[in-house]
Amino acid sequence: MGILDKHGVIERNATLLMVLSLVVVSIGGLVEIVPLFYLQNTIEDVEGMRPYTPLELAGRDIYVREGCYVCHSQMIRPMRDEVERYGHYSLAAESQYDHPFQWGSKRTGPDLARVGGRYSDEWHVDHLSDPRSVVPESIMPEYAFLKRTKLNIEFVEDRLIADAMVGVPYTEVMIASAKEDLLAQLDPYSDGIDSLYANYDERVVARNFDGQPELTEMDALIAYLQVLGTMVDFSTFEPDASR
Amino acid sequence: MARKPVKKPEVETTGHSWDGIEEYNNPLPRWWLWTTYLTIIWGIGYAIAYPAIPLPGGATPGLLGYSSRGEVAADIAAVEAQNAPLTARINELELAAISTDDLVGGEADGFAYNGGRAVFQTFCAQCHGAGANGAKGYPSLIDDDWLWGGSIEDIYTTVNHGIRYETDLDTRTSQMPAFGEFLNKEEISGLVQYVGSLSGINGAVETEDGKNLFLDNCAACHADDGTGDRFVGAPNLTDAIWLYGSDEETLTETVTYARFGVMPAWSGRLSESQIRQAAVYIHSLGGGE
Repeated sequence: MGILDKHGVIERNATLLMVLSLVVVSIGGLVEIVPLFYLQNTIEDVEGMRPYTPLELAGRDIYVREGCYVCHSQMIRPMRDEVERYGHYSLAAESQYDHPFQWGSKRTGPDLARVGGRYSDEWHVDHLSDPRSVVPESIMPEYAFLKRTKLNIEFVEDRLIADAMVGVPYTEVMIASAKEDLLAQLDPYSDGIDSLYANYDERVVARNFDGQPELTEMDALIAYLQVLGTMVDFSTFEPDASR
Repeated sequence: MARKPVKKPEVETTGHSWDGIEEYNNPLPRWWLWTTYLTIIWGIGYAIAYPAIPLPGGATPGLLGYSSRGEVAADIAAVEAQNAPLTARINELELAAISTDDLVGGEADGFAYNGGRAVFQTFCAQCHGAGANGAKGYPSLIDDDWLWGGSIEDIYTTVNHGIRYETDLDTRTSQMPAFGEFLNKEEISGLVQYVGSLSGINGAVETEDGKNLFLDNCAACHADDGTGDRFVGAPNLTDAIWLYGSDEETLTETVTYARFGVMPAWSGRLSESQIRQAAVYIHSLGGGE
């Protein structure tokens, strides 16, 4: 029987057993994880994707802070019922600048992957302030304090740097003008708007999102919600069926 | 009472002996063993038939050519093919003729009406309410008071292009000025009183100054008699229907800061036939003209 007879050595030596178990488990892990780093379909390149603007990023941080992902997913699965209700199924590329991604795992509320442009800013203010004022059967908590809370923009450059470290293509110009870009997005007639469009995209939605003169967390969160799922133009997108 | 284990001579042992305790080497049950072998064979077959093995150029596609994207595209195409005669009929008919058409008309089992209701409950109810009765700032669709027109063509245009929806070039648009920027508080108060008096709200006082302010500032859109103008979405101020409220405080806010509700354009999200179905449904709710 040769080597099989020697298993007694492994069974009698706890450290060796642990080390060898780790090796065996690692093989399974490596086979599952390593291909994700080189496989084409996990890094599918889709036209239109851009990093979040500083205001959208700030809104995203509020989304994460308030735990929206606990009740809302951002992942439209490739199934007919989901596509008919929420829009085109989500692409991996649409989460490529999300660190971490907000796919979620439970839908107490509806999926938000393509909520951008689906409701007016006013509706978002009403709905976040008092969900039952527009959807009587809703069980969503109220987030009225967001429109009374000033947005802290002290660390916005650092926030972009942190994302740049994990691979989001924020350039030095974008990082240097982060604060100006953030403020410019609240006023389409401001001086900084050209820099915002040049750094990100002509299609960035710039306006006063919460209808109040102050820069609040409500502004940031709505800016984020209004961009969700709108970056890729699906009228020109050709899905590669093999993926 | 402890019993001594009886050693069955026909079963071999593993040869291990720990403090005199030996370990049987019983064979695995056959059914269990064969199930295991079958799952292994199934796994190999599955890996050949379906996308499985990750390679640098992409995963192996599998002999059956399955993909989840292909599957959903096929599912959608199948349903669309099934409904094709109906949607084609809806798209070719005049809007006003859809609800009485033999093929797609009717309320109980009509394809247009019921499809429109499904669209409404999925996409419109969040603002206009499940019963289409609206909410503050979101018009009720069950009365005969319309901002932009209540004919089925008007409803179709509104659903298609939205209201003040920036990314749709054909969207319905108008902008009420924020009168707080050029009228003082007294003038606004007089104006609010006059607007209130138009619909006979209790306690509202009609003054000559208020009337003149109205004619100078508001009548261009809301008409001299306050009955509004659907061409610019200016509401009728003489009836009892108020989108934001008719109390003095709300009216003062409206005049001072102005209101401009936004409705998304649905042409990018819904198909032509879905928009037509929605128009048929909304038109049927009670206020259709």
